[in-house]
Amino acid sequence: MEATAEGQQHPISIYLKIWILLFVLSTLSYLVDVMGFESYLRWGLILIFMFLKAGFIVAIFMHMAWERLALAYAILCPPLCLLVLIGLMAIEAEYTFFTRLLFFSQ
Amino acid sequence: MSDIGSTTGAVLAEGMPGIVDDWSADKEAFHVPWGKAMMWIFLLSDTFIFSCFLTSYMNVRMSTTVPWPNPSEVFALTIFGNHMPLILIAIMTFILITSSGTMAMAVNFGYRKDRVKTAILMLATAAFGVSFVGMQAFEWTKLIEDGVRPWGNPFGADQFGATFFMITGFHGLHVTGGVIYLSIIAFKVYRGDYDKSNNYEAVEIAGLYWHFVDLVWVFIFAFFYLW
Repeated sequence: MEATAEGQQHPISIYLKIWILLFVLSTLSYLVDVMGFESYLRWGLILIFMFLKAGFIVAIFMHMAWERLALAYAILCPPLCLLVLIGLMAIEAEYTFFTRLLFFSQ
Repeated sequence: MSDIGSTTGAVLAEGMPGIVDDWSADKEAFHVPWGKAMMWIFLLSDTFIFSCFLTSYMNVRMSTTVPWPNPSEVFALTIFGNHMPLILIAIMTFILITSSGTMAMAVNFGYRKDRVKTAILMLATAAFGVSFVGMQAFEWTKLIEDGVRPWGNPFGADQFGATFFMITGFHGLHVTGGVIYLSIIAFKVYRGDYDKSNNYEAVEIAGLYWHFVDLVWVFIFAFFYLW
């Protein structure tokens, strides 16, 4: 399995395996809802299945696993900035929530 | 100095030295066709757009004092007398994954220069995309009939409608655009354009876009429908 000048050529079997795996992972994440798991168990499982699915799609279907590191880092690192945005917005949401509680309880 | 960094017949270094080499000096950084590099950069910008939507959704859901509608019940359907929570969304998820699989196959057959199979698989991918958008239209219709509006709904927090229509609408727009894009490339494949140029890169680049649409749905499914 190698990325050549010809482009990304890989055996079909690897796509089929990942395809089946994505079906299984989707079924599992749907079952999280059907089984009615709550709280941290629910959120933890949702996140695990989500990151596994996303990882397999990017790595195998989008061929990122076989691209050179320069391209992979250029594409995969910038989204890490979003963690700062998410953190700030979470703090802001908490603040808004408590302000609303104070205001509505008056 | 060894041949590292030379531009003619160079042996490319791996790992960390490879990154430094590829990025340094006045030369090509990405050893991929330009169309592919540009598609990746476009997808990176699209990642930021969808992340902004999902982050604002997080923000309004965390800050509202009214209970958030339970998506499991809002998106439930009664099929043959059985009450199925979230069933339509699950079917839509499986359809999108199936379409990603057929797209991966299309890229594979493209590099094998199998013109007809590539075109058929791409059209199959587009057909799955159309059925996805159709189901989304059905879902929107049902919710609008139930009284869900961007400014309010009968199930709970008002922000539910605004985020739902914004996020799924923008994703649906991407799927629709992808269907048109795939159909055009499939037509060009079938017509033999890429046999003439002996270059099937366009199929892989279209594939990147389509897989990205599936990728975004993974996050929407987790955060909006399951959370």
